[in-house]
Amino acid sequence: MSSPIRQLLDEAAKSCPNQNEVRDNIVKSIYSSAENITSNTQYVEDKKSTDWSRKIDNILTSPIWGFPIMLALLTTVFWITIAGANVPSSMLATGLFWIEDRLTEVFMALNAPGWLRGFLVTGVYRSLAWVVSVMLPPMAIFFPIFTLLEDLGYLPRVAFNMDRFFKKAGAHGKQALTMSMGFGCNAAGIISCRIIESPRERLIAILTNNFVPCNGRFPILIALATIFIGGSVAASISSIIATLTVAGLVVFGITITLFISWLLSKTLLKGVPSSFTLELPPYRKPKIGEVIVRSILDRTIFVLTRAMIIAAPAGGIVWIMANTMVGDTSLLAAFASWLNPFAQLMGMDGFILTAFILGLPANEIVFPILIMSYISGSGMLELSSLEALRHLLVDENGWTWLTALCTMVFALCHWPCGTTLYTIQKEQHSWYWTFLAIAIPTAVGIVTCMIINLLAKGFGLV
Amino acid sequence: MKGSITLDTVPSNTFALITSINADGPTRRRLLDLGLVPGTRVEVLQRSPMGDPVAYNIRGAVIALRKEESSQVQTSR
Repeated sequence: MSSPIRQLLDEAAKSCPNQNEVRDNIVKSIYSSAENITSNTQYVEDKKSTDWSRKIDNILTSPIWGFPIMLALLTTVFWITIAGANVPSSMLATGLFWIEDRLTEVFMALNAPGWLRGFLVTGVYRSLAWVVSVMLPPMAIFFPIFTLLEDLGYLPRVAFNMDRFFKKAGAHGKQALTMSMGFGCNAAGIISCRIIESPRERLIAILTNNFVPCNGRFPILIALATIFIGGSVAASISSIIATLTVAGLVVFGITITLFISWLLSKTLLKGVPSSFTLELPPYRKPKIGEVIVRSILDRTIFVLTRAMIIAAPAGGIVWIMANTMVGDTSLLAAFASWLNPFAQLMGMDGFILTAFILGLPANEIVFPILIMSYISGSGMLELSSLEALRHLLVDENGWTWLTALCTMVFALCHWPCGTTLYTIQKEQHSWYWTFLAIAIPTAVGIVTCMIINLLAKGFGLV
Repeated sequence: MKGSITLDTVPSNTFALITSINADGPTRRRLLDLGLVPGTRVEVLQRSPMGDPVAYNIRGAVIALRKEESSQVQTSR
């Protein structure tokens, strides 16, 4: 600021000892003239709708019902997603793998070289087929339901209910909203952190957003919970048990979020909570058409397209890795066996950890990579049902419930995907915070898996 | 002033008249921007399940405030 202006400002400040009073009067006069205008032009419609909003609020945010309703809604959304995605998922898989067979025939008929067919069909096409059949149905169910809750105006109430916890953790109640966005996509969650005004609390929200499983990781949780936890009980309740497992993991993720937020605000991001204001808009009747268009076009298609763009080359690369021989093992197997001792400490195996590492571009492809690397070591060619998947994991690769649990926990707590990291870097312009966004969840995942593994083996549970 | 208490101690489902704001800096600006100017009548609505924050009806908008902010707002009944 140039000095003459500063001089003027100083003079002005001297001539007016109570600046607050001046500001107050300015705001006051703005409000009173606004009041005048509205009282002359606007008539108050019947108060029915505000009364309704209030009555609903008194239930949804009540001391008794607030939290149970929140948990019940969360579980219901997961249950509808899991139970509803099952059938279309297997139908899609059947259809897409039928096409794979036809593709193979075409390549055979054309006398195409084996490596080309392997790269394009077994590598690129098959991972695309996996991503579509595993991701599309849950997304097409989850996103509309979620958009519906958003449209109804329920999400600010979640922030209202949860704020006390976030305050204790030195964070902002609106972090509950950014976490909700994270369920869809963590990169979207990171961008939504802009709604938190204070830079300190925004960083906390950004660094912990990854503890909410995004849509790319839900399928891993859902598939493993269905096979290993739901599969160990009677079929009639298996989808409910699987749902409760996923809901439990999400609650675990929320707990970790609060704990890490608290830790950050006590160490790296010390400071007092900034001022908190949250608007609770009146409930609205959702516009069904808009909900469907927005959730299918803006979210489902968007996320799926991104996943496919990344899955196609990744599938090809994995196929090359699985088929490039170093001595008498493949590159992929060699890398996996090098990682194996460390992965075993975490209750997993080398292939699982390899899949997580190769899945850095997008979490959606972790499971397809894992399956592809397992399959390349076995004679199995097709994998069109959860039963076949169970067989592959349990009988051929020695998975136990502990392997499944540790894989699920690690899916929840590890480095964010490439897109999310890119977004964090773009939002913060800092390699330091981007690095921490990798290091924090990874450390949490490694430590948690090791503890679970040690406890389970120590108590002889496996 | 008779019955002068801070906004956070006003019981639910009652009204309070804003008399002054004790905060300074950005918090003061923020509270004023919400319409909490002296002379405004505010209705105290429900508390969150853990008791804090509390929702207020400020000029027709429902706004939740934490104790930290509402305790800086002076009211008379």
